[in-house]
Amino acid sequence: MRSVFLFLAAFLASGVEAVEALTIVLAVGITRGWRSPLVGIGAAGLLLAGLVAGIGPALKEVPIDALRLVVGFLLLTFGLQWLRKAILRASGYKALHDEEEAFKQERDEAARAGHEVKAGLDWYAFTISFKGVLLEGLEVVFIVITFGSTQGRVGLAAAAAGAAVLTVIVVGMLVRAPLARVPENTLKFAVGLMLTTFGTFWATEGTGSHWPGSDLAILVILGVLTVASLGFVQFLRRRQRVAMGTA
Amino acid sequence: MKRFFRFWYEFVVGDDWVIAVGLVAALGLTVGLKDAGAPAWWLPPVAVLALLAGSLLRAT
Repeated sequence: MRSVFLFLAAFLASGVEAVEALTIVLAVGITRGWRSPLVGIGAAGLLLAGLVAGIGPALKEVPIDALRLVVGFLLLTFGLQWLRKAILRASGYKALHDEEEAFKQERDEAARAGHEVKAGLDWYAFTISFKGVLLEGLEVVFIVITFGSTQGRVGLAAAAAGAAVLTVIVVGMLVRAPLARVPENTLKFAVGLMLTTFGTFWATEGTGSHWPGSDLAILVILGVLTVASLGFVQFLRRRQRVAMGTA
Repeated sequence: MKRFFRFWYEFVVGDDWVIAVGLVAALGLTVGLKDAGAPAWWLPPVAVLALLAGSLLRAT
């Protein structure tokens, strides 16, 4: 069960981040040509793969309870950020992320930027692609390492992330447009729930406490968090309607 | 250097630092309860829900 959750969480989180990175790279590539953005993607990809390969095995040396406590805490801070934003977006308090709008903005900026050539590369196209892939990819690396290390399955988490990125690249190449129809907020909601669930489970185990029902507790935490989060969305929607009605 | 720390702060802590501080306090309390021999597993999930609710109310 843990492996299925691990794969799903890493796949969904990586997919969402890959969609955002694809938007940036597409805008730059279509506007300024593909060579420099592709070099940028390759450089960022190598750096990210190096991080996973370097940090993943090193974490095996850390005592498991300490690792679970720290990783659980990090998953909780990270997961709660995702969940909080997803709830605020679902309830209308925060604008939904619009890939088409982001694509237009990136494309306009890419068209306006000057042409500086460094190391034989269009430097603007290279740095924007490199930074875009690196920053979105860091979140993926974080999830792969934290999720994978607590269960000793960094390889599985990395494979899930790789599969998601590959899927997004293939679909992106086929449609050659930002993947605006991906239900991004729903995916972020699901990932936030999974990260928070595992964060709660591992952090508690890391304190030396044990869950009644062992692994089954994961399902109970996920269920309670899901019901509570959907409840928060309803509550905030109603609150906003009342506020608008009285304004 | 400042930008480096700012990046990691925003990456890990994000928009609401109260959540991070609250989690540290809740996990510290959980260790304390467990060391005192009391059941402590219930505390982190309760703290997570309370911190999420508080953060949402502050944001709206």
